[in-house]
Amino acid sequence: MTIEMLGARILSPYFGGSLSVWGSIITIFMLALAMGYLLGGRLSTRRPNAITYAMFFIGAAAFSLPVILFADPIMEPIFLTIEDPRYGSLFASIFLFFIPTSILGMISPYSVRLMVETEEHSGHMAGLLYFISTLGSAAGTLGTSFYFVLWFEVNQILWGAVAALVLAGGIILLTDYMQKPKTADQSASYAKKRA
Amino acid sequence: MRRSVPEKILQIITLAALLLPPVSSLAETIHEERSKYRDITVTQVGERRCLLFNVHRGDRNQTCMMVNDPDLLVFDYTRMSFAGMLLNSAPQSILVIGLGGGSIPMTFSDLFPDAKIDIVEIDEAVVRVAEEYFYYSDTENMKVYIDDGRPFIKRAGIRGEKYDYIVLDAFSGDYIPEHMLTSEFLGEVKTIMTEDSVLVANTFSTSRLYDHESVTYQRAFGEFYNFKLPTSGNRIIIAQLDTLPSRDELVEESRRLSGNLEKYGVPLTDYPRRLNTRVDWDMSRRELTDQYSPGNLLRDN
Repeated sequence: MTIEMLGARILSPYFGGSLSVWGSIITIFMLALAMGYLLGGRLSTRRPNAITYAMFFIGAAAFSLPVILFADPIMEPIFLTIEDPRYGSLFASIFLFFIPTSILGMISPYSVRLMVETEEHSGHMAGLLYFISTLGSAAGTLGTSFYFVLWFEVNQILWGAVAALVLAGGIILLTDYMQKPKTADQSASYAKKRA
Repeated sequence: MRRSVPEKILQIITLAALLLPPVSSLAETIHEERSKYRDITVTQVGERRCLLFNVHRGDRNQTCMMVNDPDLLVFDYTRMSFAGMLLNSAPQSILVIGLGGGSIPMTFSDLFPDAKIDIVEIDEAVVRVAEEYFYYSDTENMKVYIDDGRPFIKRAGIRGEKYDYIVLDAFSGDYIPEHMLTSEFLGEVKTIMTEDSVLVANTFSTSRLYDHESVTYQRAFGEFYNFKLPTSGNRIIIAQLDTLPSRDELVEESRRLSGNLEKYGVPLTDYPRRLNTRVDWDMSRRELTDQYSPGNLLRDN
């Protein structure tokens, strides 16, 4: 959500602040999450393990880097070829946000698989995960729009999000390494960080 | 002392008038609509017709006109927008960001019928209302584009277009377009200016934003005119790429041009002494950039 909130700010120098720019960003985030849920669920059926799980965090962080480092070179050709700011912002959102957001979307279903030990518990665990991830989203939205933009530059906030993702991935790898059989219990607290 | 009957009646009327709600709420609403961006209301009291945005949140009049004298500019800030003529008195191409009721571009069109006038307005509903209630219409030389000001200017810059007179009037109302407060934006504005072009920006005179914004303009243009009137809450920034003219030159220009502006109600000869280059803001404030532009948050405190 932090990245989504900043999305409008990143796009506005090229595509303005019209309603359609917000529309593009939200659409692409929704589509990317949908893809991520689907793929994450699919992946969770094939020997779910903590290393793959950690890779989601680190992968999302890696694919967020172009937003920080190459936003201008990515948006400029789109701005020059597409005159209509609606489709311009839509394509820019695809190139900037689709991949990292999809990867973030994979985390939720994969977490369910790692956390659920028995069938009766599955609903409870899924509910808990939705609770944590949506709460994290709310915190990311509020923090970014109320405070972060007042205290930091856009790229500083993005670096913070990248660092949090890498840290979460690192902790998962470390705990997995230290206590081989017991990774599942930990995952819930890491899922929080993805907000 | 005994008062005459008419005097008493007058007294009662005066009292009653004081007890009545202010005139604005007696205004007749002649049009109301909710657009993509805001609530638009058109009211009329007597001959005075006003355009208001987000009236329920207590915003003031966006623009007003006298139906019986459409040339007259009713507000200080619209009149102040023509102070830029002291720096460029015969613009051939004019860009106005933000249409409102259209009084600024219509005055330009009247003053300079041969000049090309481009207007950028993000909200098509505002254009419709301006056409229907404020006598705005495109002409052969004047055209309104439905677009965001920033990409419009960026594209104009890439195409190498130049404007002699640029009015930024997109900041009134409830929401501040933060991407049009940044140094990168001003850099793009500079690409569509020549040495003789003048930039007139209607901006904020209060809150922390005043300091941040002043710092940003100063970094972009160096010295600029800060134009404030005691009667108005607005602050107008007047900037140029070239060095600013002296006070004497301004006075001379204002005398030469004041006749042309009389029918619009612009007191041009009063303006030179109000154009100030003195720094009256906190220079340690952070410059606004695309990376850091929390305009809406800064305005609140």
